[in-house]
Amino acid sequence: MNTPVKKLRVATTSLAGCFGCHMSFLDIDERLLALVELIEFDRSPLTDIKTCGPCDIGIIEGGLCNAENVHVLREFRANCTTLIALGACAINGGLPAQRNHLALTTILEEVYHAQHGLVDGFIPNDPELPLPLNQVHPIHEVVKIDYFIPGCPPSADAIWKVLTDLLAGREPELGHGLIHYD
Amino acid sequence: MVSSLNMHKQYLDPILRHRSHNPNSLLQILIGAQEIYGFIHSDAIDYLSSALGLPRAMIEGVASFYSFLYLSPHGEYRVLFSDNITDRMQGNQDLMQSLCNQLWVEPGKASEDGLLWVNTTSCTGMCDQGPAMLVNNIAINRLTQDRIDRICELIREHVPVSDWPAEFFAIEDNIRRRDILLNSHFQAGSALKAAFIRAEAATAQASQGYVAHMIDPAGLDRAADATLQEIKISKLRGRGGAGFSTGMKWEFCRNANGDAHYVVCNADEGEPGTFKDRVLLNSYADLVFEGMTLCAYVIGAKKGFLYLRGEYRYLLEPLQAVLQRRREQNLLGRGILGQAEFEFDIEIHLGAGAYICGEESALIESLEGKRGTPRNRPPYPVTAGYLNQPTVVSNVETFASTSLISLHGGAWYASIGTENSSGSKLFSVSGDCDYPGIYEYPFGVTVAQVLADCGAKNTQAVQISGPSGMCIAAHEFDRRISFDDIPTAGAFMVFDQRRDMFEVARNFVHFFAHESCGFCTPCRVGTALLSNMMDKLNEGQGSPYDLAEIEKLDSLLQSMSHCGLGRTACNPVLHTLAKFRPAYECRLSHKEFVPAFDLDTALSQARRMTGRDDAGAHLEKNHDSK
Repeated sequence: MNTPVKKLRVATTSLAGCFGCHMSFLDIDERLLALVELIEFDRSPLTDIKTCGPCDIGIIEGGLCNAENVHVLREFRANCTTLIALGACAINGGLPAQRNHLALTTILEEVYHAQHGLVDGFIPNDPELPLPLNQVHPIHEVVKIDYFIPGCPPSADAIWKVLTDLLAGREPELGHGLIHYD
Repeated sequence: MVSSLNMHKQYLDPILRHRSHNPNSLLQILIGAQEIYGFIHSDAIDYLSSALGLPRAMIEGVASFYSFLYLSPHGEYRVLFSDNITDRMQGNQDLMQSLCNQLWVEPGKASEDGLLWVNTTSCTGMCDQGPAMLVNNIAINRLTQDRIDRICELIREHVPVSDWPAEFFAIEDNIRRRDILLNSHFQAGSALKAAFIRAEAATAQASQGYVAHMIDPAGLDRAADATLQEIKISKLRGRGGAGFSTGMKWEFCRNANGDAHYVVCNADEGEPGTFKDRVLLNSYADLVFEGMTLCAYVIGAKKGFLYLRGEYRYLLEPLQAVLQRRREQNLLGRGILGQAEFEFDIEIHLGAGAYICGEESALIESLEGKRGTPRNRPPYPVTAGYLNQPTVVSNVETFASTSLISLHGGAWYASIGTENSSGSKLFSVSGDCDYPGIYEYPFGVTVAQVLADCGAKNTQAVQISGPSGMCIAAHEFDRRISFDDIPTAGAFMVFDQRRDMFEVARNFVHFFAHESCGFCTPCRVGTALLSNMMDKLNEGQGSPYDLAEIEKLDSLLQSMSHCGLGRTACNPVLHTLAKFRPAYECRLSHKEFVPAFDLDTALSQARRMTGRDDAGAHLEKNHDSK
């Protein structure tokens, strides 16, 4: 008679990212079957659950480019015991942060007013829409992050290694081969 | 376009001729070009590119590396305030603000009328007579409100810097304590004569013993061994901070094979709080040049360089005059003092505001006209230095000491100081004391002794050997300055009880972030992160988490950096954290992590552009997360 092992709850989300890190996560392929024996998903694009409940592990892809990103990140931090930054955008701002050397006002002006071919352009101001931040920020500048998995995207093996380390109660460590990018 | 090229050709051609169109002189050529034109014009780069056969990117790469070279117009007057912690303590920030207000400029931005540009720069080596500034790279000290007002007037009236009152440019030696080096009434040539007499005696002795090497065609080297022997007996160690045995360095270099050997004097005295080399070069240049000549005699070099930091540009002409006099006295050039085979001369190269060039391999890169990026070591310069030839690189004070050793003998020198640290050491004393200036002591003096002599009261801490050195707290003042206990390159900055040691460390951390050469990521990124972290603490956004991050960064910098700059960049933080932790803890105003910036302000531009002010257009401030 096996007592069922309590599964760890895991939440994932993509903020200002491209979902590439989530795709890489799915690249763990058949190991997903082993994984779901050990974990259950809370809020995640895989479950379509919209809000995050108390979780053991939260995985964040992407940086912060607007107010909604900040709300989601804070929700994850408040609910997850361990929070992981997954991939270059979460860690450094990545591609979206390329706008940081331009003023947001200049960008909005260019996109909605000045750009060739626009007729009566206006900047969307519906309260439903999250406002963009002046600059794109990596997530560790706004909340405390426990672990970082670098890569664009991090390889499936790297993600697998960190998750299995955490599930086994070990300090996660990426060996040489898993932080090698060429 | 063509006429612009012609204009640049006119002033570049004489510089190029003077430097023999040698690409290794690129940095010197760029410095010369800027002194005439005010900045390095894009067309000037094109012209230099074809004249020197160097790619444009290489020239721009060099020009953009050095703080004192500009690729865009920076105004008729380029005013740089020295921003060492000692300048800050003397009130440089208010003075800079006053100058900016009076002349309607912002720091870091050239004024629209092209009149001036104001900014800060790393320590200019005038800590005993600050606050200091450089105007068009010429040093002005002892700034006061009155002096700033007069400078504003001169700038407004477009008076050329060369016509400004001479008293502005007066620089004092401020020698407060003399020992063997500063007390020596040195006669130019006497140390060389002593070496030649020693060589003759050795040769005579050898001939009596019918030693085979008498007929060795390289007889000069053998004869010079007697002087090398004295240097080794003296147990002299390098005065630039690292303390490597000078005798061994000379011997390694002499024994290394190469097409030519070189002597380089490191006068890139960039460590904040250090200014002893400035005084030696100002008043004891013969001792220094003679030491270089002795080294050339021992290692068999024909050419030497003095690498003079850009901040000491005002010393260039006086030093060149000393060199010229020494040539006339037959102390440089061919057949020095009648030694037919002994030929040696010295060239002065200017730096252009790069602390990293004080690192010997970066200095050599810079001498070769390149960016001052440290090389991999080994090979060390003694086997592969300037142009990959065997090269001795030593500190100004080291060369000066070798002259004394040649004159008075190695045993005499070894009898002074301590067992492992022979001889005397110059300290550059500045900060909270009554008598800042140069103090020479035999090695082994206690910190307390120096403090008593310089009239320091209520001293909280002393930063010894600059930001990369050690911070010594009051309970350690009985420690001794020597290679066995507290090694030093010379800086001795005193902080009394009024000073906030966190601010001291923050100033030093900013210095390293500014001076990182950018070559390796741990240092380039690590020093910038460290200075952001210190700023975050300073702005009251710190939590214990940030302190832990700082400690992590420190160990990363120490273990992963390419050269000593990155490895020592965290020293100010490590030492003040260990000894003055309350100065940090009082800044940890939050228990939990908070962002370094205000999130609601981060939505300000979007609010303005959309006209929104609803609840969704705001973010809660400093939402404490777990």
